[in-house]
Amino acid sequence: MSRSWAYASNYLVYSAMAVYAISFLAHLIETAWAVKVPTATSKTLDYKRTEKVARIATAMMILGFVLLFAGVIARGISAGRVPWSNMYEFSITGALTFSGAYLLALRKYDLRWLGLLVSVSVLLTLGTAVTALYVPSAPLVPALKSEWLVIHVSTAIISGGVFLLSNVIASAYLYLDRMEAKGERTPWAKRLPDLETLDLLSYRLVAFVFPLWTFSVIAGAIWAESAWGRYWGWDPKETWAFITWVAYAAYLHARVTIGWRGRRAAWLCLFAGSTFLFNYVYVNIWGTGKHTYSGL
Amino acid sequence: MSQQTQIPELDSVGLFRFAWRQLTSMRTALILLLLVGIAAIPGSLIPQRTQDPLQVGQYFKDSPQQARWMDYFYLFDVYGSPWFSAIYILLFISLIGCVLPRTIEHFKAARAFPPSTPKNLSRLEHYQSWNGQGDEIDRARAWFKAKRFRVLESEGSISAEKGFTRETGNLFFHLALILILLGISFSSLFGMRGEAIINVGERFVNTPTSYDTLMYGRLYRDSNIPAFMLTADKFDARYNLETSAPEDYTLEVSLLRDGSTTIEKKVIKVNSPMTIGTTRVYLQANGYAPVVTVRDSKGDVAFQGPVTFLPQDSNLRSIGAIKVPDADPQIGFLGSFLPTYVRDGVNGGASAFPKALNPRLLLSVWSGDLGLDSGIPQSVYRMDTSEMVQIGLKGLKPGESYEYEGGSITFEGYVQWVNLNFVADPGKHLALLGGIVAILGLLASLFTRRRRIWIRVGNEVEVAALAKNSAPGLEIEMQEFTKMLKGEK
Ligand code: HEM
Repeated sequence: MSRSWAYASNYLVYSAMAVYAISFLAHLIETAWAVKVPTATSKTLDYKRTEKVARIATAMMILGFVLLFAGVIARGISAGRVPWSNMYEFSITGALTFSGAYLLALRKYDLRWLGLLVSVSVLLTLGTAVTALYVPSAPLVPALKSEWLVIHVSTAIISGGVFLLSNVIASAYLYLDRMEAKGERTPWAKRLPDLETLDLLSYRLVAFVFPLWTFSVIAGAIWAESAWGRYWGWDPKETWAFITWVAYAAYLHARVTIGWRGRRAAWLCLFAGSTFLFNYVYVNIWGTGKHTYSGL
Repeated sequence: MSQQTQIPELDSVGLFRFAWRQLTSMRTALILLLLVGIAAIPGSLIPQRTQDPLQVGQYFKDSPQQARWMDYFYLFDVYGSPWFSAIYILLFISLIGCVLPRTIEHFKAARAFPPSTPKNLSRLEHYQSWNGQGDEIDRARAWFKAKRFRVLESEGSISAEKGFTRETGNLFFHLALILILLGISFSSLFGMRGEAIINVGERFVNTPTSYDTLMYGRLYRDSNIPAFMLTADKFDARYNLETSAPEDYTLEVSLLRDGSTTIEKKVIKVNSPMTIGTTRVYLQANGYAPVVTVRDSKGDVAFQGPVTFLPQDSNLRSIGAIKVPDADPQIGFLGSFLPTYVRDGVNGGASAFPKALNPRLLLSVWSGDLGLDSGIPQSVYRMDTSEMVQIGLKGLKPGESYEYEGGSITFEGYVQWVNLNFVADPGKHLALLGGIVAILGLLASLFTRRRRIWIRVGNEVEVAALAKNSAPGLEIEMQEFTKMLKGEK
């Protein structure tokens, strides 16, 4: 029973990868096509030509999301617990929330230009997960059996997905800012939003998830209190969660109270996001402490 | 002389004021905030005494020079170090100095009316004007009221403001941070943390001497330890049959509180500690204690009882030392306890499963001087054999005995032990409250917008608006507002 669920999960994750790959190709074609249209005489882009491909790209992204969602659920059923207890599971769930955050933001903002980056990051994450991080599905050790684990880890993964999205946008800002400083945007970059929109978007995403991240850290503390008898012990993982929190608080301050915008804010945003990534990669793989149950 | 009067004299009060203003400035706060983050880094990369004392000891062994130098800068105790404390204490002084005056100001301002309508609205954002029908003021008043704006009305104009929640939330957020810090300090002053290993079947009386390790907060006294007694009745560990990974631990205890005569039955699990008043009891670790009887050459019992062994791997191969200092010459045993014995060419035996399915005790017998009088404290799990000679080696099943020159040892069986943590953390509720308030404050602050809207009706209707902190969405609100005024749907 549990084994067939585990197989089902693997198939679903592989199918999701295939579908994300189609989405990636469609985004690639869309981008390339739109670039080819403008000539020396006409500098505007013909969006109508790429509309169909763009729709396919988004549809495939949605399908990939659904498949991956099912894959994550099946993984959870196979292990009889929430599917977030080793790096393979963190990665597939992280990829899921990352593309989910994109799709959600797409409903509100015209973000299709980001699709290429999102699909390629999801593919890379899933590729790394299935090749390098895969571990067979297994139940949890007693310390991890808690509803606070569900709350803590799910909110942490969602926060991570949104932080990452905000970082991607901040990077796009810095890249385009450099390009504009040298002259005009190259044709393909013209379909990206103007700098101000990017700047604001990356900030909005952070402002939106900062409370969730705060909540996640507190939920983790509550869990640690019930499992280990202390809510905060400066374990490396806790320490880096705190550093990420402080870094994003500094970012929000810099924007709201000092009025940082643009380049400086984008760099600070990237810095804060990199502390989150560092925590995920470094502490999970090489770190010591109570959180190293990653099974790697 | 005249020069002297021009330079303001920096007496101690002036100096203090200057320092205070510097400290509570936004820039300083931001720098301190980043500094706390940076200062926390070394402690996550270098082993810390509070978490991993063994690895710190290894550091001192491997490179003593460097370790001593690092220790001088508290790099093995980062989070208790003077420099780390200094940064966060400065940050919180800065926070208090900044937030308290703002709070007072804010609540004064919250009761005041919004400022009256500016003379020239056309210079403001979202300005519009048109020829009205005359009922715009009434419509606007009703609209503002329905949307819970605070309004100031004067002849022919209304000034309305909304979104005070933003500042309120923001202040609550920052005040909550202070609350969290208070909670933490409270715990470190009045808290207590102790560990004890208890054999299943035995009793634990809560007095300072019952603990293996015990740490008090600065203001905690022996007399604060609550009186209670508990007995570890039954311990049940469940393991995965394929992987040996633990699946569940359950400890059943009988608790007798001070002044009570009824015994309460309680269950402690890994994620659900037992609460006794302000003390919580956590199940942290478990293992085996082989029960042995050591007899001298005349057959008299020289030692009898369970000896705590330390688990070494996931199948609970455990090692320990049995010391009999009263024998002459002194006798000691180095032992391995294997809960599920399987043959192993290298070590003479291994354990294949953590449950005691086929227990075996492997012993080496030593005779000589245990070195207990040297004054150097010894681990109870190890034995210094430098002044001893090995006189025997044997593997025993439960019930079996082994005779060596000068005595015998019987492996009677085993009991399980549990390691319990006893924690009093009186500030944690305050810290939790701070956490909850912080999140609510953040939500209020990040998701509300503060804005003002004005309307004046003279020869024509004029409206304008202003968003604080360039809050988004005002444009849409103004469209709605003007549509409503014009009576459009
Ligand atoms: C030390 C002195 C501090 C001062 C003077 C201060 C002041 C402020 C001010 C004026 C704002 C902007 C309010 C607005 O949106 O209108 C703000 C926002 C914020 N502060 Fe602080 N703060 C301090 C410390 C901290 C600390 C230690 C943290 C947490 C690590 C923190 C986290 C935040 C966050 C997350 C926001 C954004 C919330 C928002 O936009 O409203 N602050 N702070």
